[in-house]
Amino acid sequence: MAEDSFKLSKNLLRMKFMQRGLDAETKKQLDEDEKRIISDEHWHLDLPELKSKENRIVEEKSFGPCEELLFGRLSFRGFNPEVEKLMALMNPKDEVEEDVSQMQTDVTDEEMALRYESLVGTMKKKFAKKRERRGMDEDDQNLLESNTKRVFLKPRD
Amino acid sequence: LASGMFSSLKEKIGEVLLPGDEFVFESEDTIFLTDNVKPERPVCGPGLRQSGNRLVVSKSGVLRHKPPHTFWMDSQQWRYVPAKAETVIGIVTSKSGDIFKVDVGGSEQASLSYLAFEGATKRNRPNVQVGDLVFAQFTVANKDMEPELVCIDGSGRANGMGVFGGGGLLLKVSLGLVRRLLAPQSDIRSDLEQLFPCELVVGMNGRIWVRASTIQQTLIISNLLQSCDTLTAPQRREQFRKLQKGGL
Repeated sequence: MAEDSFKLSKNLLRMKFMQRGLDAETKKQLDEDEKRIISDEHWHLDLPELKSKENRIVEEKSFGPCEELLFGRLSFRGFNPEVEKLMALMNPKDEVEEDVSQMQTDVTDEEMALRYESLVGTMKKKFAKKRERRGMDEDDQNLLESNTKRVFLKPRD
Repeated sequence: LASGMFSSLKEKIGEVLLPGDEFVFESEDTIFLTDNVKPERPVCGPGLRQSGNRLVVSKSGVLRHKPPHTFWMDSQQWRYVPAKAETVIGIVTSKSGDIFKVDVGGSEQASLSYLAFEGATKRNRPNVQVGDLVFAQFTVANKDMEPELVCIDGSGRANGMGVFGGGGLLLKVSLGLVRRLLAPQSDIRSDLEQLFPCELVVGMNGRIWVRASTIQQTLIISNLLQSCDTLTAPQRREQFRKLQKGGL
């Protein structure tokens, strides 16, 4: 009845307290209007969409990795020992493989086993309960202090 | 998918190609049902670039190949174009606020932050003067932006980079000679090693800095290096032999 006779302004309808009473249709229209206003305010370039082309190659702009070039600091015949050290560091050769084989033979299995054999005792101690551990310690030390009972010594004044 | 591409590239290995020569990628009408099967892509070094669905040669030279699938153009040129991760010799031309401008021989001066030196902090500025030589690495190098240099590696170590020079001589050679000098098995380098104790700093931008124990020896080496650009291998060996006889 009232709606036919007069219309509330859009700005008024958009206010929060007016939202409850609105019917679905006007709400929808208001939303659309708002969207258009927002999109009008945003600039966009009127360009055809750039086709993002698939990269069919991996680009490498530098010669370095292609030709496996060395690092650019060189020293010959020990002129600059620091640089010679650097050269060995920066230009790794095939020696890496030798290192690996050396590492394998560094500690033999037997040596490792021997080492762990002595470790077993200490590890056992670690996981034992306190009471048991005391017993173990005594086993080690009872030879030294046999039955020396501890007595309180009265301090002299 | 790219197998046709590879075979056509491989056919041309060692041949002279000119800018504009092209290789055509195979059409994309093959659809993989299993997504995880990715076609192998060729790694294309300097002188080759993608344009649409073609691979175009952009520098004249000889097509080179490194297994498994790296291709590049071996070309001879003097003009340096900065490329990321390359190490170059630069000349500091100005100090302005937080950055140094460095001439690297490219189209534009590169910028070098004063913080990009080993051990440098805001308090502790590196001692760099205008005119100093720096051995530095590109972190930014593309056609649209100002190139940027650093004198430290990823872990903050200098690793041979930074300010250097004193008692040495800077010379300019072709980019091809620099690459020949730094190649894993280099004749020039092994020839140089025979002469006398000396030190070289070689920038990918064609600048070489030489120092030996005397000025005379420094000059000899620098002259030799500069002539290497135009000498053939036997001629060069002859020169070196002559020097060894005369000098030692």
